[in-house]
Amino acid sequence: MRVFVPRDSAARSVRADEVAERIAACAQESGGGQAVEIVRTGSRGMLWLEPLVEVETAAGRIGYGPINPEDVDGLIAAGMLDGRGKSLGLVEELPWMKRQERLTFARVGVIDPLSAEDYEAHDGMSGLRTALTMTPAEVVEAVVDSGLRGRGGAGFPTGIKWRTVLGAEADLKFVCCNADEGDSGTFADRMLIEGDPFTLIEGMTIAAYAVGAAEGYVYLRSEYPDAVATLKDAIELARTNRWLGPDVLGSGFGFDLHVRVGAGAYICGEETSMLESLEGKRGMVRAKPPIPALQGLFGRPTIVNNVLSLATVPTILASGAKAYADYGTGRSRGTSVFQLGGNVARGGIVETAFGITLGELVNDLGGGTASGRPTKAVQVGGPLGAYLPVEQFGLPMDYEAFAEAGAMVGHGGIVVFDDTVDMASMARFAFEFCAAESCGKCTPCRVGAVRGVETIDRILTATAGTDRDKHLVVLEDLCELMTDGSLCAMGGLTPMPVRSAVRHFGEDFNA
Amino acid sequence: MTSGVVVDVRAGRVREIASGLGGLRGALIPILHAVQEEFGYVDQPDVAVIADVLNLSVAEVHGVVTFYKDFRRTAAGRTTVAICQAEACRAVGAVALGEHAKRTTGCEFGETSYDGRITLDEVFCFGNCALGPTVQVGGRLHGRVTPGRLDALLGEAR
Repeated sequence: MRVFVPRDSAARSVRADEVAERIAACAQESGGGQAVEIVRTGSRGMLWLEPLVEVETAAGRIGYGPINPEDVDGLIAAGMLDGRGKSLGLVEELPWMKRQERLTFARVGVIDPLSAEDYEAHDGMSGLRTALTMTPAEVVEAVVDSGLRGRGGAGFPTGIKWRTVLGAEADLKFVCCNADEGDSGTFADRMLIEGDPFTLIEGMTIAAYAVGAAEGYVYLRSEYPDAVATLKDAIELARTNRWLGPDVLGSGFGFDLHVRVGAGAYICGEETSMLESLEGKRGMVRAKPPIPALQGLFGRPTIVNNVLSLATVPTILASGAKAYADYGTGRSRGTSVFQLGGNVARGGIVETAFGITLGELVNDLGGGTASGRPTKAVQVGGPLGAYLPVEQFGLPMDYEAFAEAGAMVGHGGIVVFDDTVDMASMARFAFEFCAAESCGKCTPCRVGAVRGVETIDRILTATAGTDRDKHLVVLEDLCELMTDGSLCAMGGLTPMPVRSAVRHFGEDFNA
Repeated sequence: MTSGVVVDVRAGRVREIASGLGGLRGALIPILHAVQEEFGYVDQPDVAVIADVLNLSVAEVHGVVTFYKDFRRTAAGRTTVAICQAEACRAVGAVALGEHAKRTTGCEFGETSYDGRITLDEVFCFGNCALGPTVQVGGRLHGRVTPGRLDALLGEAR
């Protein structure tokens, strides 16, 4: 009999390891005859239920959670190992799971992330096998037709980027995966790498085949040590299985993959800064053009994609571009992996078609705030995303609809704040963060962020009336300059949280 | 006062690490990680050795060491306690938790306690945004950390 306990670092942060150890010890003590095999999986993404233990029964996997290590003895005495006792019922049938359409995250939380057998038994490698029967150009066109857009935040069509790299002439090309998930409120990249790393490896291999790249790099942040360890192990296993190496799946196509660990610089999530860092330099942003697709890593044509973009490619190849494009709305095709965090009752991962509204995510799935107080604001798309009031909860999750509202979907992270939050302090923090993390190459970002902090301080200490209004004009002028004049999205988007805070929560800027 | 012999031993080992990894593409950052992993920090004399092995200028290596927050220039305390201060954790009290930690340890972020036991640090996001406030103690992640729980964790670290 099999019992599943997550090894995801979020689950481990609330003592999943102790729970697993206690289950193993109890099963041994009771010696009830049947051997218990504990399988460590990724997380299902229902993080408020962690540690969530699942027990395999004839009917399916029965869930128990959240479980403290101290609860384990009692639960086992009540028959947990046979699926009896106070449970959540079948995990797949929980409303949170039923509401989702899991394509990219289909295996996360289900399989042992480091079992190649498990991976293949759950349709793993079928995307790559299909791709290898096609020409590289056909693979690129399939990704174009799927409508997949970069999940890292910018939303650029993935297939178009690949087409450029395929068309570039060079002795060597690279595939780089941007796994520098530094945005607060986003954790899907981490969960995918910890829960189903072979999907990323498969996606990168398909990308390499499609554009003729021989080497790949995953730039993974040092704040994610569990993800680093899991991915390195998975790459070793993939090499052993000939999923990577000089002769991928016996096709004659060669590709190898390496992990590079970041060193605590937020700016390295910006693609050109990441390339500099991969080259062993300071993470200074490069001016574009030339675009990385033509002159990227070490000056060679390079695909730079986010973890989720690359990890979605296998399902597109396996099920067909049309099947993927059938999900979604407008020009936002397919599914996206939304992440609920901050002050939210039920935080976690929701993979569903674009078009679901912000309110459905925060209220219906998230259950409102964790504190039970009214929701005041949500920040969507990371530290550079807009703060939105509840009046905007009708907005559909869709790149264009968000852009129209002066906001961005970004990487799909949603951070919830209750009514105790002071939005002026959050706006100030946006500038502080930019000042600390700016690479310093362009003046609007390097100097503008510092001036922004000072200006907000002046607004907050100004006497009401003209002084305050004058400083607000300066603030708006500064925001406009940073937006228009910065070299990259760091300086260019820092005004977004600031302006949205002033626009929607102006009362917080009164001294 | 460090003896010349100790310095030579360290320099030799740094050279060994740098030469071992020197063949990687973009080898400098992996080398700096490896040196820090072994010695706990990157010392100024290490910079010259690494620069020599990679055929870079000392200034180039120095520039990289100082750009990235991860690379320490001095030894850390026995246990590093890092408190997330990013938005999602702020939404559930991370600022107050950080202030509590500063009072308890007598350190500002980035400082080491007088007895050398604890280095207090701030980090912007561990990707544990649904279970904040998040604290990392000696490499282990803890979610939903209250001030009381932090005291217990600090107690264990002492």
